[in-house]
Amino acid sequence: MTSSPSHPTAPSRTALSRRGFIRGTGALSGSSLLSHAAQARADLKTQQARKAENDPARYVPRFFTAEEYRFLCHACERIFPEDENGPGALALAVPRFIDKQMQTPYGQGDLWYLHPPFGNGPPELGYQLPYGPQELYRRTIEPINTHCLMTYNALFADLTTTQQDEVLHKLEDGVLQFNDIPGAVFFEQLRTNTLEGAFADPLYGGNDAMGGWKMMGFPGARADFMDWVNQQGAPYPLGPVGMPPNVAPYGPDALHDEED
Amino acid sequence: MTDHVTPPKKPDVLIIGAGWAGSIMAKELTEAGLHVTMLERGHDHSTAVEGAYPESIDELRGAIRKRLFQKLARTSLTIRNHPTQTALPYRQLAAFLPGEGVGGAGLHWSGCHFRTTEDELRLRSVTQERYGRNFIPDGMFLQDYGVSYQELEPFFDKAEKVFGTAGEASSVRGQATGGGNIFAPDRSDHFPLPPLADTFSASLFRKAATEVGFHPYSMPAANASQPYTNPYGCQMGPCNFCGYCSGYDCYLYSKASPNVNILPALRQDKRFTLITQAQVLEILLDDDRKTATGVRYIDLTTQSEQTMQADLVILSAFQLHNVHLMLTSGIGQPYDPVTQTGVIGRNFTYQTITSSRVWLPKTHFTNQFVGAGGGGVAIDDINHPGLDRGKAGFIGGSPIWVNQAGTKPINAALSSGGKGAPRWGHAYKTAMIDQYRHSLSIDAHGSNMAYRDVYLDLDPTWRNAYGQPMLRMTFTWKENDIRMNQYAVQHIGQIAKAMGATKIALNSLQHGQNFDSRLYQTTHLNGGVIMGENPKTSAVNRYLQSWDVSNLFVIGSSAFPQGLGYNPTGLVAALAYWSAYHIRHTYLRNPGPMVTA
Ligand SMILES: Cc1cc2nc3c(=O)[nH]c(=O)nc-3n(C[C@H](O)[C@H](O)[C@H](O)COP(=O)(O)OP(=O)(O)OC[C@H]3O[C@@H](n4cnc5c(N)ncnc54)[C@H](O)[C@@H]3O)c2cc1C
Ligand code: SF4
Repeated sequence: MTSSPSHPTAPSRTALSRRGFIRGTGALSGSSLLSHAAQARADLKTQQARKAENDPARYVPRFFTAEEYRFLCHACERIFPEDENGPGALALAVPRFIDKQMQTPYGQGDLWYLHPPFGNGPPELGYQLPYGPQELYRRTIEPINTHCLMTYNALFADLTTTQQDEVLHKLEDGVLQFNDIPGAVFFEQLRTNTLEGAFADPLYGGNDAMGGWKMMGFPGARADFMDWVNQQGAPYPLGPVGMPPNVAPYGPDALHDEED
Repeated sequence: MTDHVTPPKKPDVLIIGAGWAGSIMAKELTEAGLHVTMLERGHDHSTAVEGAYPESIDELRGAIRKRLFQKLARTSLTIRNHPTQTALPYRQLAAFLPGEGVGGAGLHWSGCHFRTTEDELRLRSVTQERYGRNFIPDGMFLQDYGVSYQELEPFFDKAEKVFGTAGEASSVRGQATGGGNIFAPDRSDHFPLPPLADTFSASLFRKAATEVGFHPYSMPAANASQPYTNPYGCQMGPCNFCGYCSGYDCYLYSKASPNVNILPALRQDKRFTLITQAQVLEILLDDDRKTATGVRYIDLTTQSEQTMQADLVILSAFQLHNVHLMLTSGIGQPYDPVTQTGVIGRNFTYQTITSSRVWLPKTHFTNQFVGAGGGGVAIDDINHPGLDRGKAGFIGGSPIWVNQAGTKPINAALSSGGKGAPRWGHAYKTAMIDQYRHSLSIDAHGSNMAYRDVYLDLDPTWRNAYGQPMLRMTFTWKENDIRMNQYAVQHIGQIAKAMGATKIALNSLQHGQNFDSRLYQTTHLNGGVIMGENPKTSAVNRYLQSWDVSNLFVIGSSAFPQGLGYNPTGLVAALAYWSAYHIRHTYLRNPGPMVTA
């Protein structure tokens, strides 16, 4: 049996007005007052300026120290490496994303219940440490580097990728523990934030150029599949669109809106 | 604290919580001519503001940072698996996601909108009749609701019309339609809207399930398949399968929510007042402790404590908070698992769900981001009353379905790998992308029975931001439900093969496996203030009226004696309409207990 969906004869008003938001790649940018050449020059200039400003390699972290950030860059890239599938964490600006997230209420731990007393229990009962994400990073990266110095005589960032993977496995498997922070807890935090940074809207500083979405075949903020409910297994044909930058209230310093 | 106390005018009715249950009660009781004030702890939410595109479809902000859910920093609960353990706080939202703010979880639910099977409402009686008393395991608190499917039918129907539910009837007034779920009980009317279209994944499941000999049907969905105006004059637009139901508010006015389907009508009624940022701490009682006089709450905008009086109090703060407020208010005897006496917190249940995965050939793209929250194709062959439980060896049942509701990439990436497969690195990345493009999931969404040592009470140690003891949950999986889940999952294997799977990962509960609060299951929590026919084993009567305090009605899945195979909200809404009907037609004419104990 096939059901009989009704396709509306015309797109709804919401769907129409919504198009105005979409930052399409082929959007018209010309103004009739400017010559084509002048327009092109102006476009190039703003593009270059924006590029320099947005270059993930030039990003100066606000939360992480330079050494912590160097760790983060290398660890994220091992978790989500560049390969034949596409860009890795570095190219996607994941470390920048994580640094920006640290400056939100989430980073400060305001989204978690962090009231004392703090106890220990089986893993099924969930996270029980007194720290928010900021503190988890701050209290763990340095001891990991110390561990690397003692074991390999070099900081994490300077190890071979094989050695870096070894350390990450030891964290994931809970072999390492740093004071009250089990390696596995830190690893989960790092893995979670890395994958978030690879696939969150570019607005938050990661998923640079929507590279994560392109790799997955995810069309981003399109959110309209009226004609694509069932195309018999064909791949969705349109590339991704991101959110316009003017939704700033929910931008990098997001989530204040829901807190009082 | 006290510089802002303007005693408000006394309404006739106070409603605690502005979700589905509260909004339905508010609509019904204002229609009855009463002045109703609804108190909601969270902010107001409207499609035009919080639901506006594109902010509403931001995965990081939505399902990942959980902007619409309960603010744990203020109040949470503690969890343990067994009564001998020390329960620990639920510090990060994961297994279940209670709502907060106007609309409650009804704003960010998916929209799977079911009734019940005919048997589930009298499960104890049916089980005894068919399989004998001894078939009920020791320690299982199997009970009847005290209300029958036939009695609730008009209210299921009413809720579907208010929600604009899309589906296909099987039998209407005794006439078979030739479609729909052949196991579904008779209905007084069709669904108000035709079923949603099948996604590619759902269409494969429909075909394969038929080939294997099962009976697939379109899942009833409160996602509008066409433009719709409900009986309250509230309008819905057609769903475009954007995939942002679960965890989000629908930007297209297509998913039913209290905000879209009830409140627009209610807000125009002068008898109705909504107070947001009002955290209710206690239901106040008269000296005789048999009459509620009103509530005590904190106005979060001024941090000042207020009291408000009313003749009738409706507690509809969601299952967990209904139980919590009954306990903090000292209404009804708290359940004690040792003596097995008391009722508040008794029969706490959940949903026994596992997801299995099916990979298709690389030529097939499942486009998992396409979907509607309530849409899909299901079979009831392991859930319907006719299944021989004596042979199968369990009580309960489990629908099986492909409910491709829109999987976004962060969630897809986080949940990929594990169970022996890498969770990071190159091999993970390759497998994860392949899984996103070419696989689909099939869920076994089963019932969950009630047990002597599974319950809710107050935690002795941890407190919420208002200084109250938090709720304590004692919960784990039990043999009967694990057997039921495993039985259902076996059948998924058959269907997956018929779908032409290149790889199948069946996932079922394992004996001895504890409930894991770190993994999302569902927010289908039930019981703790259950309805029934005996005040020794239930907290509210069949009209959801407190046995102890007759001007208090407790509405929500807290009333379910055990968990359903289906999702709960269809029954929550029907019970709210049922209760409201009897308040309007019986209670208001003659206030007092509607059932003599
Ligand atoms: C992600 C998700 C998906 C879901 N999908 C489905 C589905 O597909 N099908 C289905 O049937 N069900 C689904 N559910 C469950 C469904 O949302 C609930 O069953 C339903 O919303 C319950 O309605 P309610 O009115 O009882 O509670 P809610 O809708 O949660 O409303 C309760 C309200 O009370 C308020 N409140 C609580 N405590 C207080 C207090 N002390 N003072 C003042 N106010 C208070 C809360 O803030 C909340 O707004 C889903 C739930 C979630 C979270
Ligand atoms: S899938 Fe449909 S009902 Fe769900 S949010 Fe999108 S448009 Fe709304």
